[in-house]
Amino acid sequence: MIHVTGDWDLAEECAQDAFTKALERWPRDGIPTSPAAWLKTTARNRALDQLRRAAVGAAKLREVAMPVLADESNEDNDRGESGIADDRLRLMFTCCHPALPIDARVALTLRTLAGLTTAEIARAFLVPDETMAKRLVRAKHKIRDAAIPYRVPPAHQLPERTVAVLAVLYALFNEGYSASAGADLVRQGLCAEAIRLARLLAELMPDEPEALGLLALMILHHARSAARIDTAGDLMTLEDQDRALWNTTAIGEACTILEAAVRLGRPGPYQVMAAIAACHASAPTPAATDWAEIAVLYERLSQMVPTPVVALNRAVAVAMADGPAAGLRLVEQLEQSNALCGYYLLPATRADLLRRLGRSGQAAAAYRRALQLAPTDAERRYLTRRLAETSAKVPVDKRVPGLGLVAGTVAGSGRKARD
Amino acid sequence: MRYALLVCDDENAVLSPEGRQERFAAFTAFQDEMEARGVLRGRERLRPTTSSTTVRVRDGDLVIADGPFAETKEQIAGFYVVDCRDLDEAIEVASRIPAAQFGTIEVRPVWEM
Repeated sequence: MIHVTGDWDLAEECAQDAFTKALERWPRDGIPTSPAAWLKTTARNRALDQLRRAAVGAAKLREVAMPVLADESNEDNDRGESGIADDRLRLMFTCCHPALPIDARVALTLRTLAGLTTAEIARAFLVPDETMAKRLVRAKHKIRDAAIPYRVPPAHQLPERTVAVLAVLYALFNEGYSASAGADLVRQGLCAEAIRLARLLAELMPDEPEALGLLALMILHHARSAARIDTAGDLMTLEDQDRALWNTTAIGEACTILEAAVRLGRPGPYQVMAAIAACHASAPTPAATDWAEIAVLYERLSQMVPTPVVALNRAVAVAMADGPAAGLRLVEQLEQSNALCGYYLLPATRADLLRRLGRSGQAAAAYRRALQLAPTDAERRYLTRRLAETSAKVPVDKRVPGLGLVAGTVAGSGRKARD
Repeated sequence: MRYALLVCDDENAVLSPEGRQERFAAFTAFQDEMEARGVLRGRERLRPTTSSTTVRVRDGDLVIADGPFAETKEQIAGFYVVDCRDLDEAIEVASRIPAAQFGTIEVRPVWEM
């Protein structure tokens, strides 16, 4: 219907109307041989009526009337499963069009593809209902007024547009991932919703390895969600998590999906991030983590996505694989570039590496700098604990790698998708 | 559907004579191509904002001021009016304007009356 009218409000209204009519008539007259076609024709007739009544001009009427004629032949043999799938994919590309602001893309995707109400989306994003309603209306109007097409982009545009769709789903996931334990249930449900939509996208684009990669990445992160928060509501670092709480079935499924993606032979950042998450998820203990492999993967990722956050994650992995001195060299390079100025994980990482090298004085100074920059209480508590240990000159704990805050956090790699 | 493609760039940028010639040729080639494709409906190049005047009427008083609507680094240097199928086509045409390489193109749907 959106395709026909180019107007989302009108399309919604007419579709609703067609369903209401169906409820009246089908019990009386029997279900038509092709229910989908019946609904579509009824909705379209209603749209024609509405447009005629609104007298919006001959041009618009012609646009609506033309597809009726053009589609007649398809209409008879019904747009079956594949037709519906095509519609959803078109919808996804329209909702995620880069001409829309990113927050509107995310909201529109939830509204039209996940079927969340405006109030639910508002709650999920911690904004007043009215704000979210306005955001959605503005987006729908832009789709109509600027004529954002309702279709899967042609081959030459497909790669960049697919990246845009994936970024929306990943932003959606990260929004849910950063929700605290006490957060609204809708907000907590965003991760599951993002996974559901990524699954749909992967089904609709089975030859797109990055869609599979993103799906695997999300499932892997989500599989650890039960272990991420302790009973006090504090964030647990990867190394401190109770791995018995990880969902091994989900991890297995994600690894299978990732293998299928890699077999397509077109690597991309989501596949590499998923591979890193898989390395963490398949280690039975923190000490058994294959840091050498993770360091190699981060190097590949930093070539694909040359951002300072990825570089910092790489430094951490190198420190774990080749020792803190090697990691510190990379951290110092980053400090010189000034790119992460003000980002608390940079001094926090430096502090942890210095602590492991036994340079307690310098480590304590770096912890203090990180404390000044840390954005949340949970992070400040963690850093304060570390600072106390350093100042007390407690012997360095060799068993547990001291870098859990950085390694494998979604915040590290996730920033890319949102920036 | 018609769109105005507003071509914005830094009007103070200085070009060598060869550079100017090259740019002129690039614009001519773009316009010829879009003309042949049948999307170009109109185009104008504007003089720099040093020759611009803003006019307002407030409470019946005419207020005339020197300069453009807003003082920004990039200013509207000209515009094309194109007739395209949808936003994607308009974006594609906009991306082909030589100024997209060094300035910014704003794609604005025309309000059909």
